[in-house]
Amino acid sequence: MNVTIVDYKSGNISSVINSFKEVAQNKVKIEVTSDLKKIKLSDKVVLPGQGSFKSCIDALNTTNGLVETLNEFAINNKKPLLGICVGLQMFADIGYEETETKGLGWIPGKVTKIDSQNGKYKLPHIGWNEINIMKESKIFKNIKDKSHMYFVHSYEFIPNDKNAISATTNYSSNHVCAVEIENIFGTQFHPEKSDKIGLKIIDNFMSL
Amino acid sequence: MLKNRIIPCLDVKNGRVVKGINFVDLKDAGDPVEQAKIYSDGGADEICFLDITASNENRDTIYEVVEKTSKKCFVPLTVGGGIRSLEDINKLLNCGADKVSINTAAVQNSKVVIDSSKKFGSQCIVVAIDAKKNGKNWEIFTHGGRNSTGIDAIVYAKKMEECGAGELLITSMDRDGTQVGYDIELMSNISSKVNIPVIASGGVGNLNHLVEGIKLGKASAVLAASIFHYGKHSIKEAKEYLDSKGIPVRI
Repeated sequence: MNVTIVDYKSGNISSVINSFKEVAQNKVKIEVTSDLKKIKLSDKVVLPGQGSFKSCIDALNTTNGLVETLNEFAINNKKPLLGICVGLQMFADIGYEETETKGLGWIPGKVTKIDSQNGKYKLPHIGWNEINIMKESKIFKNIKDKSHMYFVHSYEFIPNDKNAISATTNYSSNHVCAVEIENIFGTQFHPEKSDKIGLKIIDNFMSL
Repeated sequence: MLKNRIIPCLDVKNGRVVKGINFVDLKDAGDPVEQAKIYSDGGADEICFLDITASNENRDTIYEVVEKTSKKCFVPLTVGGGIRSLEDINKLLNCGADKVSINTAAVQNSKVVIDSSKKFGSQCIVVAIDAKKNGKNWEIFTHGGRNSTGIDAIVYAKKMEECGAGELLITSMDRDGTQVGYDIELMSNISSKVNIPVIASGGVGNLNHLVEGIKLGKASAVLAASIFHYGKHSIKEAKEYLDSKGIPVRI
């Protein structure tokens, strides 16, 4: 089996690479590339994302055919894809960070700034927070409800269909921190930085 | 609920830990990778390396340390010390650092903070501020606390937030190394005036100081070095103590 981490120059992905390699050991091949052919041929794809919604979408669009290839992989061929942080946010139709930007549109909804309640809640939401598991998810196998995950973000994904939500976390309000629709998975938190429990999520995704 | 973070900090010089945990079962007490692993296994919420390498020819040693650590520790890793340019930041992030802390370079040229937070995202830009009490206010210092600037710490903290810093790491120079506790007044003053998280640093001598940093200093995270060295306190003990005082921590 091979898993491709999409390298589209979206910022620092070395931690994602390290964590997937740690879990994979020699059993699974981890590719880090933006090569469309390799993405098409992989069994699973990881879409990381750091920086702003707009900068990530712009970076995706810089590689000709990348968005189409990801669409084909996740939507037409229904192969497993995991979006992390802004990687998850880009599933939305639209994002409002920096300026209004069109997303991939895989899970209808929008990405807006977390309500700081006039400074009561500091942003970014940085640190370890508990997740509330909302539905049975394959990537949460053997993950206990209220497990701690590491977050760094100021924007939240609000899907139209609440059934897409697999976990929430409480900061200012209960906001979405994981989604799952069929073969499409996303985490707002960083499993690659969430210690052993985060690596377990990565293991679950690789074992799908 | 968001938990308060405990961040152990290791001083690294020429690729070696200067002070450290002196456990008998340590194969190599000066190895930053092994020390960081002990901290992350013990429940540290983040790890911080402060590179205090003085000579330029040994500067590259930190990259190797970061690279090795990031392959063994799967909690956030912050690296500070001697960061001058976007190129330095890029190199550290590529080696596996999750955040960088910028001190002197941010004072000399705030554009470094503006440009780096745009290029890499605010989430990985921590601005470190060394402050010293001066009358009723606090003045910031650069070059590891050697050079005075005449700049007011609170004014500067707000400016760094505007420039795009994701977090502020505030060190009280009056308290650093004294083990008498954080400068609570400084921490709470800055924390209440910015809308980004503040990490308190400088002066921790016992576990109750960590509690004070969070409860009174209003810090989101507490950084400490010496109390975790030489096995005086483990991260686990610190967390259990904070928990017993009603502070939300990840256990």
